[in-house]
Amino acid sequence: MTALDETMLPHTGDSTADHRQASAHLDALTDEAITIIREVATACENPVLLFSGGKDSAVLLHLAVLAFAPARLPFPVMHVDTGHNFDEVIDYRDRLVRDWNVRLVVASVQESIDKGRVVEDTGPRASRNRLQSVTLLDAIAEHGFDAAFGGGRRDEDKARAKERILSFRDRQGRWDPRQQRPEPWAMLNARIRKGEHLRAFPLSNWTELDIWRYIARHDVPLPSIYYSHRRTVVERDGMLLAVGGPVELEPGETPFEATVRYRTVGDASCTGAVESDAADVRDVLAEVAAARITERGATRADDTFSESAMEDRKREGYF
Amino acid sequence: MGIDTDTGIDTELVSSTSSTLRIATAGSVDDGKSTLIGRLLHDTKTVFEDQLHAVVKASRRYGDGETNLALLTDGLRAEREQGITIDVAHRYFATPRRSFIVADTPGHAQYTRNMVTGASTSDVAIVLVDARHGVLDQTRRHALIASMVGAQAIVLAVNKMDLVDWDQARFHAISAEVQAFVDALPDPVPVTPIPISALLGDNVVDRSEHTPWYTGEPLLAFLEAFELRPHGDVGARVHVQRVIRPQGGEHADFRGQAGVVTGGWLRTGDEVTVQPSGLTSTVRALYRWGNEVAEAGPGHAVVVQLDTNVDVARGDVLVAGSAIAPLVGDDVVVDLCWMVDRPVTVGSRWWFEHGTRSGHATVTELLHRLDPATLERHDADELVLNDLGRVRLQLSEQVVADQYHVLPEGGRMILIDPADNSTAAAAMVQTLVAPA
Ligand SMILES: Nc1nc2c(ncn2[C@@H]2O[C@H](COP(=O)(O)OP(=O)(O)O)[C@@H](O)[C@H]2O)c(=O)[nH]1
Repeated sequence: MTALDETMLPHTGDSTADHRQASAHLDALTDEAITIIREVATACENPVLLFSGGKDSAVLLHLAVLAFAPARLPFPVMHVDTGHNFDEVIDYRDRLVRDWNVRLVVASVQESIDKGRVVEDTGPRASRNRLQSVTLLDAIAEHGFDAAFGGGRRDEDKARAKERILSFRDRQGRWDPRQQRPEPWAMLNARIRKGEHLRAFPLSNWTELDIWRYIARHDVPLPSIYYSHRRTVVERDGMLLAVGGPVELEPGETPFEATVRYRTVGDASCTGAVESDAADVRDVLAEVAAARITERGATRADDTFSESAMEDRKREGYF
Repeated sequence: MGIDTDTGIDTELVSSTSSTLRIATAGSVDDGKSTLIGRLLHDTKTVFEDQLHAVVKASRRYGDGETNLALLTDGLRAEREQGITIDVAHRYFATPRRSFIVADTPGHAQYTRNMVTGASTSDVAIVLVDARHGVLDQTRRHALIASMVGAQAIVLAVNKMDLVDWDQARFHAISAEVQAFVDALPDPVPVTPIPISALLGDNVVDRSEHTPWYTGEPLLAFLEAFELRPHGDVGARVHVQRVIRPQGGEHADFRGQAGVVTGGWLRTGDEVTVQPSGLTSTVRALYRWGNEVAEAGPGHAVVVQLDTNVDVARGDVLVAGSAIAPLVGDDVVVDLCWMVDRPVTVGSRWWFEHGTRSGHATVTELLHRLDPATLERHDADELVLNDLGRVRLQLSEQVVADQYHVLPEGGRMILIDPADNSTAAAAMVQTLVAPA
């Protein structure tokens, strides 16, 4: 179909029988995700896709565009902007929505702070990560979104491992892990009342390795910080944090130059880099396959605080 | 490392020859499900260092002696504190031979609905039994559910063999009891018993030195080699999710039906019947992931472009070359597992979802309640939370369905409570009658 020639989406077929066999698992995950996206987008009236500029949301958006081709993506994408961004990620976001012809909505954490909806922590370790939940829920209410697609994967975290594909949120946006709707045969119940909403996770069954295999197979463009580059960083709690952005130096910390890349992309104040020479997708695939530390454990200061950090944030309405 | 240069796929670390195997674990509380999954993750090197570190730390905090591998899967705070599994958790691991998706399902009777959910998508059910306690009601219930939802095999993992001195007679007695129960089921399933210690790892990944009398494979080897039986080709169906219409630009005239292929293969040029209307047309083109393809098979997410502009909407089904034609009707008998507090009674009204069709369902008859321990069928005035039984429903819309045992994808249905939108039942179509 010529539809996708208008976009930057590359070819998606793989040719020989061997390849089909080798990638059967990824094929099945791809079909499953597209099916979920179509189903939720059709059963709900006003969905939105949450787009952080990270690799998971890039894959999610790529799948969503394929799901409706040759028609245009029938819903907008929303970026919850903490204001603590990597420049590369914002450039990338703007390029992608232009090239793939999708509608972008930006919800700003800075605005929530200015309006007094949230109070910002101060100090060298202040992070806006947790504040995002309020901005996100306010934006969902303001736009009347009834379903929000997210790139969450069950392999990311123990609390996520419990989450359904369609996750119900009450009028306060809360997740109650003990009152989840069963999903026999992965059949989705998308019925809600006014003011409630759903979170949909089409990548539930994907692992980090699956994400990279998909990126490699479809040449999904990513922000450049996912690949190795030189950067001035400081080491804190075993993580490398970028210097020059929102991270404030603490006494005794000495910045240094290192060859790094990011395994996840979040708020620049709490997302760490890893030392890596992986310069392209093939190098990254090899590195991820051999990795011994989870991407969140390695790179997210916010999730290492406590064993239930993710569960607590999710209950409050986090992604 | 064998990275395939065309696909970027690591041919050594990612399964290369077999399809993904979906597994559900079941068994009574404390039989060792979480420990077993933790063991599988640990011994296949799926556990990352920081996860293991967190578990070692937590084991100390909760006062466990050995490192408690169950903490790897019990993801919710209440579960860790109470030491039980409340909800289905999904886990992923891969060996050089195969990828696995595991649904770790709860053992408590009060969470049977979650057991049904976990088992519904699984190819193989691992039913655990504590060798000291032997077969319990929950064991029977789980074997029954696995067979009802169509698991292709049951692995009977007789666990904690270390606590019964690796007693061969004990193992055989338990195996024989489960085998006899499964043989009496309406849909018997092959049972493979394996004596294991999830805690110590015996016969999980590596063969145990303590069970020289056991000649079968360790659990993981069995799962790696398990051959999925493909479903018979009953003819392709596509439950239409949505009509794709760009309505502008280069593709203004494009009109296609998006959905998933089930039941068989669909090819360009195939004649299709639109059900329930009965209108016919021909497949002009097929698209998968935005690309034109010549054919598409079970599970493929496609867009079907038809030759003529016949009327097709969400909920309709495109049926091609049917060896076994689907049933069309609005009067349906289903087996179900009841999942909410409000009971089901004759005259009660619910929403239904089947394929991509939804509407009202009124219960017209309550045929029986099934006792999962004795397999006896009892008359009943109501079915309550976690009951299994058979009811007859009058639907507000015609559905295009298959008997569950013929094609599960066409025979599954959920009921929803209109009072609070909760998912009230998982139902399997037994018979369907057309309106008079
Ligand atoms: N001795 C022994 N203890 C075990 C074995 N498997 C599990 N356990 C223990 O039995 C208890 C319950 O196990 P758990 O995995 O939490 O059970 P679940 O409720 O089925 O998930 C824990 O204390 C485990 O350490 C085994 O093979 N041998």
